[in-house]
Amino acid sequence: MATVLPTETPQFAFADINDLNDLLKSKQVPAGSIIVGGKNFGCGSSREQAVSALKGYELILVAKNFARIFLQNSINLGLQTVTCPTFVAVNDDIVEITPTVVVNVTSGKSFPVIPLPEARRAIVEAGGLIPYTRKRVMAKARVS
Amino acid sequence: MGMTVVEKILARASGIPSVKAGDVVEPKVDFAMSHENTALVMNQFQEIYQGTGITPEIWDPQKIGIIFDHRVPAESPKTASNQKKIREFVAANAIAKFHDIRGDVGGICHQVLPENGYVRPGNVVVGTDSHTTSHGALGAFAFGIGATEMASVWALGAVLNVEVPATIKVNVKGKFKKYVGPKDLILDIIGILTAEGANFKVIEFHGPTIKEMSTSGRLAICNMAVEAGATSGIVPADRETVRYLLKEARVRGKIEMVKPDKDAVYEQVIDIDVSTLEPQIACPHTVDNVKPINEVKGVRVNQIVIGSCTNGRLDDLAIAAMILKDKKIAQGTRMLIFPASARIFNQALTKGYIGTFMKAGAVVMNSGCGPCLGVHEGALGDGEVALSTTNRNFKGRMGNPKSEVYLCSPSVAAASALTGIITDPRIWQRLFIHLATIFPPTLSIPAAIWQLFCRPKRRNLHSPTSTI
Repeated sequence: MATVLPTETPQFAFADINDLNDLLKSKQVPAGSIIVGGKNFGCGSSREQAVSALKGYELILVAKNFARIFLQNSINLGLQTVTCPTFVAVNDDIVEITPTVVVNVTSGKSFPVIPLPEARRAIVEAGGLIPYTRKRVMAKARVS
Repeated sequence: MGMTVVEKILARASGIPSVKAGDVVEPKVDFAMSHENTALVMNQFQEIYQGTGITPEIWDPQKIGIIFDHRVPAESPKTASNQKKIREFVAANAIAKFHDIRGDVGGICHQVLPENGYVRPGNVVVGTDSHTTSHGALGAFAFGIGATEMASVWALGAVLNVEVPATIKVNVKGKFKKYVGPKDLILDIIGILTAEGANFKVIEFHGPTIKEMSTSGRLAICNMAVEAGATSGIVPADRETVRYLLKEARVRGKIEMVKPDKDAVYEQVIDIDVSTLEPQIACPHTVDNVKPINEVKGVRVNQIVIGSCTNGRLDDLAIAAMILKDKKIAQGTRMLIFPASARIFNQALTKGYIGTFMKAGAVVMNSGCGPCLGVHEGALGDGEVALSTTNRNFKGRMGNPKSEVYLCSPSVAAASALTGIITDPRIWQRLFIHLATIFPPTLSIPAAIWQLFCRPKRRNLHSPTSTI
């Protein structure tokens, strides 16, 4: 919906995981925490608030795979997402993320990551779509 | 190597001779649509130019469409103020294709665009709404994007870094049985593919059944392609597309048709014969939890909804009116009808459908997204059940996480409104003809008897199959 701007906090981040919503709202989930998702994470609407809410809590997402629009919005807004189809973890495990593998330090196992295509990485490296487009707009202005 | 229809569209829009699935391209955009979330797009658009010293300028205001549909008329001062801000922006930027809250040209974006001829075959169309896939019905490559991406499109006129999607070809043959139609077909396909089966892919529809299908039906199937995760659904343009654009959208000039090559490469081919297809129902709380009506009929329903960008078009209203004519909606069940656009509302008024609905006891609402997304009107009470012709049934979709939403075709919705339980319209027809001969004066009596005889089955509890 148009009515939630990035500076505002949506009512909740997850549709039906009330315990997690409560933890997030009461700031009991420290920044940099990892949310482990299943398959087709973020399936549904094109609205960006699904992404900006999680980014607002400074979370990192590791899931088996992501729904297209959600993944695209994450890249555009700079929410860190990691596609890792085999990843297994339980609450409070310590996890280390590298460009090629996700290591569950607690269980001692590591899981391969499916990297983003190069073109998408360019947006991530620019810090999101706004700085990326800004560069393009400035380049265009210089040419004309 | 041959190209699919979307590959052809993307190659042309990117100014290169050919592309294949997996390539990364930067296609020029032919039409960019947003609704009330334009407010967020405006915010991000300003942000792009922050600190550059360059004045923000939309690349081509003629190619932008802004349609108010999600909360119309505004339900709160906050929404009203947002809409006011967008109106001011529209005026300042000379955006002509703006559809405000109006009883003549307003409506849901996914109906307003086609009926005004804003979308043509071969176009690249983006919208800040996941059901932008709808416009594939006119042979365009149309897909949903976020508000930040739209801001980037406003600045550059192109979508950056589009990965050419692989294509699933769906061949459809056979004649639909009576009271079975496009909605049942797409629900069946979603059931087969699942909610992620077409993620990052396009569904290209072919076959004699599609050739015979009206643009209205094609809009319904392309609309819901996203529920299988698809980037877009597409029906390559044909004679029906041209007929629709010339006759109904009143487009002038030559209409070009983009067709796939005969040797195009498809990732998967699915063949479907609809001649044996039964009415299909998507059960709570995921759209891919699809069952034939036999497995769910008898579930007690509190609210019936007919409308939305999926099934709020004239032929949808026509079949509902035919079923409801001179009959009464069951006691204890309420029925909400919202045509997809003001133009359709007016046509339905002329044809007498609106009168039929109101006499039957239905509430007819203004065109808009309305109860479908539950933020504005038509919310459900705790423990209530809705049967709806809309496109999503996620938990809380109609405004209450403690309610359940079943999705169906307009004929199932109308037949069920008469009985108050999920009802197969084909059985309804036989029963009513039979009972109407016994009780001709008051046709609500047979409905009462129907409820007595057909006691609701024990409710199935369906568990969600995918995340969020």
